[in-house]
Amino acid sequence: MKPSSTQPFRIAKRGALSAAREVQFTFDGRSYAGLEGETLASALLANGVHLMGRSFKYHRPRGVMAAGVEEPNALVGITRDNARHTPNVRASVQELYDGLTATSQNRFPTLNFDLGAFNSLMSTFFPAGFYYKTFKWPRSAWDKVYEPFIRRAAGLGTAPSEADPDRYANRFAHCDVLVIGGGASGMMAAKTAVDRGQSVILCDENPTLGGWLLSDTDVTIDGQPGVQWAATMATGLAAHDNVRLLTRTTGFGYFQQNMVALAERLTDHLATPGPALPRERLWQVRAKRVVLAQGAIERHMVFPDNDRPGIVLAGAAQTWLNRYGVSVGKRVGVFTACDTAYQAAFDLAEEGVDVPLIADTRPQVAEDILAQAEEFGIEIITDAQMTGTTGRLRMNSMIVNGDREEEVDALITSAGWTPSLHLYSQSRGKPQWDAKTQRFVPGQSPQDCVTVGACNGATDLQTALHEAALAVGGKPADFAIADDVSIAGGMIGETRMPQKRGKAFVDFQNDVTAKDIKLAVREGMHSIEHVKRYTTNGMATDQGKLSNMHGLAIAAEMLDKRIPEVGLTTFRAPYTPTTFGTFVAQATGPLFDPERRTPIDGWAEENGAVFEPVSLWRRAWYFPQAGEDMREAVDRECQTVRKTAGIFDASTLGKIEVVGPDAAAFMDIIYTNGWSKLKPGRAKYGIMLREDGFIYDDGVVGKLSDTRFHVTTTTGGAPRVLNHMEDYLQTEFPDMRVWLTSTSEQWATIAVQGPKACEIIEPLVTGQKLDNESFPHMSVAECKVCGVDARLFRISFTGELGFEINVPADYGRTVWEAVWTRAKPLGACVYGTEAMHVLRAEKGYIIVGQDTDGTVTPHDAGLSWAIAKAKPDFVGKRGLERPDLKAPGRRQLVGLKTTDPAIVLEEGAQIVDDPEQPTPMKMLGFVTSSYWSGSLGHSIAMALIEGGRDRIGEKLYVPVPDAEPIEVEITGTVFWDESGERIHG
Amino acid sequence: MLLIHCPYCEAERPELEFANAGEAHIVRPKDMSQMSDEDFEAMFFIRDNPKGINLERWRHVHGCGRFFNAIRSTVTDKFLKTYKAGEPRPSGDEIAELMK
Repeated sequence: MKPSSTQPFRIAKRGALSAAREVQFTFDGRSYAGLEGETLASALLANGVHLMGRSFKYHRPRGVMAAGVEEPNALVGITRDNARHTPNVRASVQELYDGLTATSQNRFPTLNFDLGAFNSLMSTFFPAGFYYKTFKWPRSAWDKVYEPFIRRAAGLGTAPSEADPDRYANRFAHCDVLVIGGGASGMMAAKTAVDRGQSVILCDENPTLGGWLLSDTDVTIDGQPGVQWAATMATGLAAHDNVRLLTRTTGFGYFQQNMVALAERLTDHLATPGPALPRERLWQVRAKRVVLAQGAIERHMVFPDNDRPGIVLAGAAQTWLNRYGVSVGKRVGVFTACDTAYQAAFDLAEEGVDVPLIADTRPQVAEDILAQAEEFGIEIITDAQMTGTTGRLRMNSMIVNGDREEEVDALITSAGWTPSLHLYSQSRGKPQWDAKTQRFVPGQSPQDCVTVGACNGATDLQTALHEAALAVGGKPADFAIADDVSIAGGMIGETRMPQKRGKAFVDFQNDVTAKDIKLAVREGMHSIEHVKRYTTNGMATDQGKLSNMHGLAIAAEMLDKRIPEVGLTTFRAPYTPTTFGTFVAQATGPLFDPERRTPIDGWAEENGAVFEPVSLWRRAWYFPQAGEDMREAVDRECQTVRKTAGIFDASTLGKIEVVGPDAAAFMDIIYTNGWSKLKPGRAKYGIMLREDGFIYDDGVVGKLSDTRFHVTTTTGGAPRVLNHMEDYLQTEFPDMRVWLTSTSEQWATIAVQGPKACEIIEPLVTGQKLDNESFPHMSVAECKVCGVDARLFRISFTGELGFEINVPADYGRTVWEAVWTRAKPLGACVYGTEAMHVLRAEKGYIIVGQDTDGTVTPHDAGLSWAIAKAKPDFVGKRGLERPDLKAPGRRQLVGLKTTDPAIVLEEGAQIVDDPEQPTPMKMLGFVTSSYWSGSLGHSIAMALIEGGRDRIGEKLYVPVPDAEPIEVEITGTVFWDESGERIHG
Repeated sequence: MLLIHCPYCEAERPELEFANAGEAHIVRPKDMSQMSDEDFEAMFFIRDNPKGINLERWRHVHGCGRFFNAIRSTVTDKFLKTYKAGEPRPSGDEIAELMK
């Protein structure tokens, strides 16, 4: 593609980039040429393009205004491919690379002709608080009309259509001094600190260090042009081992104890980013001292029609000219309230740009400035007001004092400079109002943080450099500084307007005018926080970097209060929009929530298991054979266990080793059961309560000796159970000689369940006889299985004869395969968690967290037998005596059988006695577990029901939306082998 | 992110390594069976939730695993002091001294 333009506004040999490579880029499909490394905005301006966006509410044509992150208008989408499309990028900071593709936003169908601009004609009907006033009634329209309307209007830009393929990195760093901002004062602070032997991190959001010195071609330091002085400083710092320079890096969040978050952008400026590079990197820096050298942000002037494309900040015009060699126009007007705009005007005039008129609101201007203006032949009108501008997609003329119209194609404005208090305020510092200079400046720092330079209120370079040296304990040096223009002065609020015509914008991105802020005050918003929310002033993606002070001043004038009495809105992180990728870093996809796998997981995968997540674990859910669906597979697994045997990977069970002379006494405190009298070699089902008497966890505990217990917990409960035990051990019973160790990951656990369980494992076990006399139900032994040290339990979670083999995790798969080699020819199966659930439910064994919910006592769950009443104390004993826990009518765990045996109830379904009663119905309880039982030929369920055990035999109902209620009968919880004989083989 | 001084490790470590464990200096009575319902309620359920100085428990869960106590301001999040479990509750004078 050939460039459609030859950059008519490019000024040759001006700016640091004049030797840079010419590259091609497109904007809204049209091809242009620009210089590699300049900003997209500057490249577009070089091609005479000011119109870069449409405003949010009125869709007004807007041009770029600022040369930095404060830019409110020029938001574009940058596209590399379907996955790499970044919306809302500020054209003023996007670096140009070859092939860059940018598109404008918030317009339909095109930037030049936008149907949404109809809103602008209707603006009388969209005043401040329009949404609050309009979308109130009727109620029925909220979700059908208003919400879809607001949603369509809301949002800027479009999201990419594919998932983000880029990598994001994360680093932690420590240093003596962190300097935010690499302008003159930031570099001075860094150099002073490193010369004093301190380790330094210096970050700056721009690609080049130097700050304002890069835009100011007049100032000299010790006879050297400022830009050269900056380059020398940067080179000197880069050569130091003790300094880390981070460019393209924004300090966006300031947190407790000098922890600062930085976002480093590594590839957004590259035409073809290397595949190894992360796109962005989050730095979490902990600094002994933070030096904030954020600089200041120039304010625009608030006057009628101040938003036409072509109207830019004076400092921005200076940056584009002096850094990139671009003029904002051919004939440029000026409207200002301070001196710095003159410097921009003179720089433009020096390059032959026509500057016919400077309108200054001040009654007087310094003599030397007047003299310089005269040299350039520029007319100055003092005590001037701008009363309007003309033009539609680009400004045509400026109107001064109501009658003086001057044809211009651009206007540069400056209302003065606002110290950047963003990070200082985030550090919980309280900005102080300086009445003399009409600015907020930093007050005391609550952390070890020093603000220096323009963000500290310094208005000249010498003061800034002094502050920087002092900030890190150095001695301020005097430099010979010449031609430094003070950034003091200016105005805040609306300019005086003799005629009330045209919109005077305060906040460009959100289309908030001076009139809107006055209206908000008239309608009762007296706090700046309320004004902000009512008008949305300062709430756009630029967070009011240009608009906040003007909005505040207008509100204060209306309220007839001093500015500090109206208050300053709170600055919050992030300083500039920060991608989710930066925050998330590597914690996406499989690393979002790391998955735990058992030693037998690989075997399960190879053997066709379907998996389910259980807490952080991935567990084998069922093992379908060819042609089986889930229900068929689970039926087969369950019935094979009941008829023959099955093996099951129970390795995820939480395991805690409780060891020490006082282990039994400690167990007596933690569990409701008694452990002191339990014989070594025996195991017991234990229940653990919280102090309030509710079930906290359960599990089988084996007593290996008088001083050693092998505790098991629920799969998801292991960490909190250990925490609970440690809490009591460390803080309530610190004198007990007990040690607790998590062994969940150390043991692989293989359950072998079913009538042939003993036959399967007997040949593999040495050191322990397995007959009913030697090793009855609820026994534990340390022996060998397949020659490996093992802890063998005779235990059942199925109601069948069963064992659980614990072997060191590294042997888990080998032993599993050996057991399977024995089991398979005998007709046994492998079963997964679903069959395990069905089998335990058929026996009425509860699962804590499924059949209990933190409000269930052992009595409610039918487990009163597990409470050792004679013990003087255990956690929850007193809680169980609370009147509410002993009151009649509590929900109790019961079984449910559906009258139609084929219906499987929904878990969580509510239960009522009369389905015909009017809504809201009286809910008696709900279903906690529900399955199809192939062994029984009907569905089974458990439920918590008010006074449930006294209702056994009663018929109740489960209401179903848009269908007949389901009739159920209340039963006991044991559906299979009620006498419990099978467990003994 | 806060830095928290673990009185057992005798080191400042990032907040990520710690877990808050609620109000400190709540004593579980030796003979709980004698407690009235009101006393039990006060002991187990009722918490101060102050604005300002709070005495609270923390656990260095991803470190030494020990529970300890801390004096922290709920307004500024600032830790004034951490000390080992079992050490006496700091007096009002001591807290006032730390706040200076």
